[in-house]
Amino acid sequence: MTSSTAPGLAAGRLDAESLATGFADLHAPLDAHEVLVAADRCYFCYDAPCVTACPTSIDIPLFIRQIATGTSLSAGQTIFDANILGGMCARVCPTEDLCEGACVREAAEGKPVQIGRLQRHATDTVMARQGHPFVRATSTGKRVAVVGAGPAGLSCAHRLAMLGHDVVLYDARLKPGGLNEYGIAAYKSTNGFAQREVDWLLGIGGIDLHTGKALGADLRLDALADEFDAVFLGTGLGGVNALGIPGDDLAGVADAVSFIADLRQSTDLTTLPVGRNVVVIGGGMTAVDAAVQSKLLGAENVTIAYRRGREAMGASRYEQDLAASKGVKLMFNVQPHAVREGAIDLEYTSDDGTGLCGTGEVISLPVDQVFRAIGQNLTTDGGLTVEGRKIKVTGAGRTTRAGVWAGGDCAQGGDDLTVTAVAEGRDAAMDIHATMMEGN
Amino acid sequence: MADLTTDFLGIKSPNPFWLASAPPTDKEYNVRRAFEAGWGGVVWKTLGSEGPPVVNVNGPRYGAIFGADRRLLGLNNIELITDRPLEVNLEEMARVKADYPDRALIASIMVPCEEQAWKDILPRVEETGADGIELNFGCPHGMAERGMGSAVGQVPEYIEMVVRWCKKYYDRPVIVKLTPNITDIRKPAQAARNGGADAVSLINTINSITSVNLDAMSPEPMIDGKGTHGGYCGPAVKPIAMNMVAEIARDPGTRGMPISGIGGVTTWRDAAEFMALGCGNVQVCTAVMTYGFKIVDEMKSGLSQWMDEKGYTSTSDFVGMAVPNVTDWQYLNLNYVAKAKINQDACISCGRCYAACEDTSHQAIAMTPDRTFSVIDAECVACNLCVDVCPVEDCITMEAMAPGTIDPRTGKIVQAEYANWTTHPNNPGAVAAE
Repeated sequence: MTSSTAPGLAAGRLDAESLATGFADLHAPLDAHEVLVAADRCYFCYDAPCVTACPTSIDIPLFIRQIATGTSLSAGQTIFDANILGGMCARVCPTEDLCEGACVREAAEGKPVQIGRLQRHATDTVMARQGHPFVRATSTGKRVAVVGAGPAGLSCAHRLAMLGHDVVLYDARLKPGGLNEYGIAAYKSTNGFAQREVDWLLGIGGIDLHTGKALGADLRLDALADEFDAVFLGTGLGGVNALGIPGDDLAGVADAVSFIADLRQSTDLTTLPVGRNVVVIGGGMTAVDAAVQSKLLGAENVTIAYRRGREAMGASRYEQDLAASKGVKLMFNVQPHAVREGAIDLEYTSDDGTGLCGTGEVISLPVDQVFRAIGQNLTTDGGLTVEGRKIKVTGAGRTTRAGVWAGGDCAQGGDDLTVTAVAEGRDAAMDIHATMMEGN
Repeated sequence: MADLTTDFLGIKSPNPFWLASAPPTDKEYNVRRAFEAGWGGVVWKTLGSEGPPVVNVNGPRYGAIFGADRRLLGLNNIELITDRPLEVNLEEMARVKADYPDRALIASIMVPCEEQAWKDILPRVEETGADGIELNFGCPHGMAERGMGSAVGQVPEYIEMVVRWCKKYYDRPVIVKLTPNITDIRKPAQAARNGGADAVSLINTINSITSVNLDAMSPEPMIDGKGTHGGYCGPAVKPIAMNMVAEIARDPGTRGMPISGIGGVTTWRDAAEFMALGCGNVQVCTAVMTYGFKIVDEMKSGLSQWMDEKGYTSTSDFVGMAVPNVTDWQYLNLNYVAKAKINQDACISCGRCYAACEDTSHQAIAMTPDRTFSVIDAECVACNLCVDVCPVEDCITMEAMAPGTIDPRTGKIVQAEYANWTTHPNNPGAVAAE
């Protein structure tokens, strides 16, 4: 075994047992008793703020009351009616910023109802059963192409299949799931949950999945638009923003999303190399996911370098504290200045109201691995109108081209969250359905 | 530090907290532990006649109702009187009383409605040194089918008859324990007094089915596929018990008769409320069956602290103090006008007050898009439902309107003078106000 202080990039800094412990479920499922105690705390608010805060508008007070009264299957059904990826959302949603942040008990006592974990209980209960809980409507004979099998595409495909349409679902990668499979910290989606969830979702039938098919390479939007009654694009963001500093192209500099994808696809984490000294540039969830997982792989020093103050950070306070609890150092108001062999120079920043600028003061940290996590960009627009670096949409995901819808990270609107993508996919499906069935 | 010593019918106990006749007082072992834990007295579990003792079911004896987090709110039981031989109980009672002379020890008795049966058992109870007896006229299951328990308690004439026998063959205080399974609790209480009883204790348990097993389609507790009604007790019955206590405390036929309060007493506050309604002491059962004997520590310290805060030095200072304020609806002041008021600083915007008022009451709460809830005085009838459903204590309060101001709901000036239904113009039987 390599030690955590071994220089440079090295695999096996921790033994398999330590890695298994570190990458275990961040929030273990509540047991039966804990579920009842947690469910009892819900006040069943009128026009509940948690529902308003949920991008998919899950009827949270209802599903918690269903759990409390011993009908968790019904609770799961309530969740899936609104959000077919309710299982993943229960694991990865920043609930502290959404439902739980809006919970009146958060206001009252700083301890919200554990909505995320209750949702996991209910969705796990349904998914543990044989079969699929939704039935397809009579076939409409309509065919829809859904490009991208991430949260938006899966949500859209399921809803369309349920409404009786036939769906062909494409994804550029070899596995479906999108960021659920490739882009989320391993400890949030353990035991192959992302693939299990996709398999379960496809159980509705009527969805023909083709992987390894990328828009722009293997697929053309014009051809899809000709062949199908409608097209939905949920292709996400493909590129990673560059640092734009000297040394950006050095060997130890990589994209955080690639590191996370490699980690998620690794079958033996003891073989995955990580630096002794790691610096992650950025302030979002991806930065935290990359930093924490570097630490869990055995890196000695992991630093998140963010160019603004803590309040401006995209990652929630909960995520920041999670990183700190794992031993990640958070540095604020520093921006990358240059990467050199074995070191990174960070320049302090200030903002006097006219915009962020460097102060000239530079601090150098030893570094073997630098991860870029300063946002992603659109690589595939299919020739559609782009506005603000995203595919322009109006209403429920309508692009500027008739018969083509878009949702999720590649399209305008909402935060780049799993749950937002699910909502957009679902709503686009309803709009596609209404449009296709007009006059029928 | 307030003095909790209680004198009930001349029976002294170091505090007003007695254990009711029930499983916790079934034998020497339990009662010694109860006294060591600090209980002021016990009513020994009901004795039956000499001879083969009763038998109990060999399946579950209790059913329950739960609140949040499985807090036990109500318990019912189908257990009978003691199933141990009379001689054993009498010997144990004598030993315990000798060792704990400062504690109250009362014998609960249930024998057939025949004079000879009472004539036989009473001298033997007297020999134990017990401080008094309590006649179990309340048990609603099992024994009632054999003409005892509530079968006696539901017939005032029987109560009076048996009490007379007891006063004839027994020299110490006689307490009659009343069943609530009757339309008018004042009648058996009057009968007890007419028979010469020294006190009444109430309530015994209430006929109940706590739940139905939806798989077996049988009431719980289920004995081999069947269930029966059992006696309901615990926090859920306290409001029923307190009303019956108050009825007896203020009835001309029973006013002044000592009462031992029973029914869901769980904390010192429950005890204080029963005592304020006229009970000289209280008896506890379900609370110890839920939490064990140790709860008496909280009851003693809590009652003592409250008495100190109020300036009461003895329990007799406040016993019955609330009785004069228990009245009939027709005498309530109809000129008193209150309005709900929501403390915006305390409000957590759950909207339960809104749902309750809007859906089920008077549409007197307004809601803004940013979830600010406020009372519409022109609609509010001060029903108190919003207060009762609000999860934050004291967030919503009922504020009395000052006389001379105008009630926006009725447009009338709030009157300072008291006026009730008996003189109200809408009352066909109203008597002209003088």
